[in-house]
Amino acid sequence: MFRNTHLTDRLAKWLPRLVLTPSMVMVLVGVYLFMVWTGWISLSSSRMVPHYDFVGLEQYIRLWSTPRWHTAVINLFLFSFLFLAITVGTGLIIAILLDQNIRAEGALRAVYLYPMSLSFIVTGTAWKWILNPDLGIEKVVRSLGWESFVFDWITRPNFAIYTIVIAAVWQSSGFAMAIFLAGLRGIDNSVIKAAQIEGASLPKIYRSIIIPMLRPAFLSVIVLLSYIAIKNFDLVLAMTNGGPGSATEVPSTFMFSATFRRNQMGVGAASAIMMLMTVAAIIIPYLYSELKESRHAD
Amino acid sequence: MPTKTGSARKSVIIGKFIIYGSLIAIASVYLMPLWVMVTTSLKSLDEIYSGSFIGLPQAITFDAWAKAWGEACIGTACTGLKPYFINSLMMVVPAVALSTGLGAINGYVLTKWRFPYHNVVFGLLLFGCFLPYQAVLLPMAQILGMLKLSGSISGLVLVHTVYGVCFTTLFFRNYFITIPDELTKAAQIDGAGFFRIFFSIMLPAALPILVVSCIWQFTQIWNDFLFGVSFTAGENTPITVALNNIVNVTMGRKQYNVDMAAAMIAALPTLFVYIVAGRFFVRGLTAGAVKG
Repeated sequence: MFRNTHLTDRLAKWLPRLVLTPSMVMVLVGVYLFMVWTGWISLSSSRMVPHYDFVGLEQYIRLWSTPRWHTAVINLFLFSFLFLAITVGTGLIIAILLDQNIRAEGALRAVYLYPMSLSFIVTGTAWKWILNPDLGIEKVVRSLGWESFVFDWITRPNFAIYTIVIAAVWQSSGFAMAIFLAGLRGIDNSVIKAAQIEGASLPKIYRSIIIPMLRPAFLSVIVLLSYIAIKNFDLVLAMTNGGPGSATEVPSTFMFSATFRRNQMGVGAASAIMMLMTVAAIIIPYLYSELKESRHAD
Repeated sequence: MPTKTGSARKSVIIGKFIIYGSLIAIASVYLMPLWVMVTTSLKSLDEIYSGSFIGLPQAITFDAWAKAWGEACIGTACTGLKPYFINSLMMVVPAVALSTGLGAINGYVLTKWRFPYHNVVFGLLLFGCFLPYQAVLLPMAQILGMLKLSGSISGLVLVHTVYGVCFTTLFFRNYFITIPDELTKAAQIDGAGFFRIFFSIMLPAALPILVVSCIWQFTQIWNDFLFGVSFTAGENTPITVALNNIVNVTMGRKQYNVDMAAAMIAALPTLFVYIVAGRFFVRGLTAGAVKG
C-alpha cells in the first residue's frame, strides 16, 4: 500500500469514472444530443438536407395539417387500444391456466413465447401469407364447405389495421404471459388457502384477490406494450407497407417516409418529436416510480 | 384426499380436462404460423397454387430453400440471402461483444465504485432503453456520414453498440447490486485493484447475466430492421432488410414457398438460440419489468 505514489493514487480514484466515460459519451451524444438535434431540425425549414435556420413551429403546423398524419395518429390509438386489451387479456388467461399445477408447463410456456424471439419482419411475412385471401385462411375455410366465407381484411382499407393487431398479439402475448406468471408465482399461497377455507370459489378468488394483487405486473405489461405499440414499424411495413393506400399508416412509418422518401425532413423530425414526447410521457413516470419503489425496498 | 366425495373428484377431473384442453388449443394457434411457414417452404409452387395451405406437402422439396439461400433476387442482384446472412453475422458478433463488455464494466462501476450522482447516470442510461429510435435517426445518419461509416456494416455495429449499452448496463447493474459489497471491500483490503476485482471476482460470478445479455443483444440486433433500412442499402443491408425486399418483389407469379423459406432462414438463428437457452431469453425479456 505504501508503495503507491501520489499519482497512481489519484489515477486509482478516477479509474472507475474513466472507465465509464466512453459509454457515457456514447449515450449523451447518441441519445440526448441527438434528441435535441432532431428537435432543432424540426424547428428549421429542412427538406432534402438539414438547414439550420429557424422557422418556429411551422413544421409542426404543416404536420398537423397533413391528412396522412391524422390517419397515422388515429391508427396508432386504434392499434394500441386493441393490441393492449387483447394482449393483456390473452396473456393473463394463459398465465392463470398455466398456474394450475400443469404438467409439461415448461414446454407449453416455450410454445407461447417463441414468437417473441422472431423478427417482426418474419412475423409480418408469415401472417401476410396466412391472411392472403386467395390462398390463405379464407381458402381453407371455403374448402371445408363454407363457400361464402370471406376473410380479406388485409386488402381492405378499413380493416387492414386489424390484421396487424392479430399478428402483433400473436407475437407479444407470450411476453405478457411471462410477466403475469412471474407475478402469480410471487403471490403468497396462504392468502389463497385462507380464502378457500372460507368457502370462496376459485373464479371469485381470482377476481377479488389475485388479480388485484397483480397490479405491479399490470403496470409493467401495459407500459412495455405501449412502448412496443408506439415504435411498431417493421410489422406494418412487412404486412401492408402502410397500405392499402395510406390506410395502415402509423407515426413510425409516416416519419420514415417523410424523412427518407418524400424529402420532408422538417416534417419527419417534427413527427419524431411527437413520438418521443408520447413515449416520454408514459416511460418517465414509470421509471421514476420503479426506481423510487426499489429505493424503499433496499 | 379421503374427505372428497365422488362428485367433487369428478368436477376436479372435468376442470383439469378443460384447463389442458384450452392450453393445448391455444398452443396450436401459436404454432400454426410456424407450421404454415415450414410446410409452405417445403412445397412446390404448383402445389401451393393448386390449393393446399395447411396440409403436409405431397412431395417434400428443398428447392425453395436452395433458391432463398442462393438465387432469389433482391433488387437486381440475384444472390439469395447468403451474403445478407453473412452481413448480419458480421454486424451481430462485434456489436454483441462490445455492448456486453461495456455493460459489464459499467454495471460494476455503478454498483461497486459509486460516485456522487451515480443514480443520475443510471437514470440517463435507463431512458435510453425506451428511446423511440425515430428521434435519433436523422442526426445519426449525419454523424455516420461524417465518420465515413454511411451504408457500412461497421456503422451498424457502432449504432447497435451505442443503444445496446443502455440495456446491457441495466442487466449487469441489477445483477451486481445483489453481490455483497463486503466481497469487493475485502478484496480491496487484500490489495486487489479495480480491474483485478472485476476480472477475478465479478466476471466469474456474472456468468448467468453474461448469457442473458449476449442472448438479448443477439436477438435484438439480429432482428433489427429500422437501423438497417435507414443506414444501409444494396448489398450492405442486414438479413431482415433483404428478407423484406425478397418478399416485396412484385414481378411475376409470387413465389410463396421461397418467401417462407427466406423467412425461416432469417428466423433460424434467433429461434435456435431461443430453443437452446430459452430460460435466459425470458430473463432478459422480463428485466424491463423487474425492479432495478
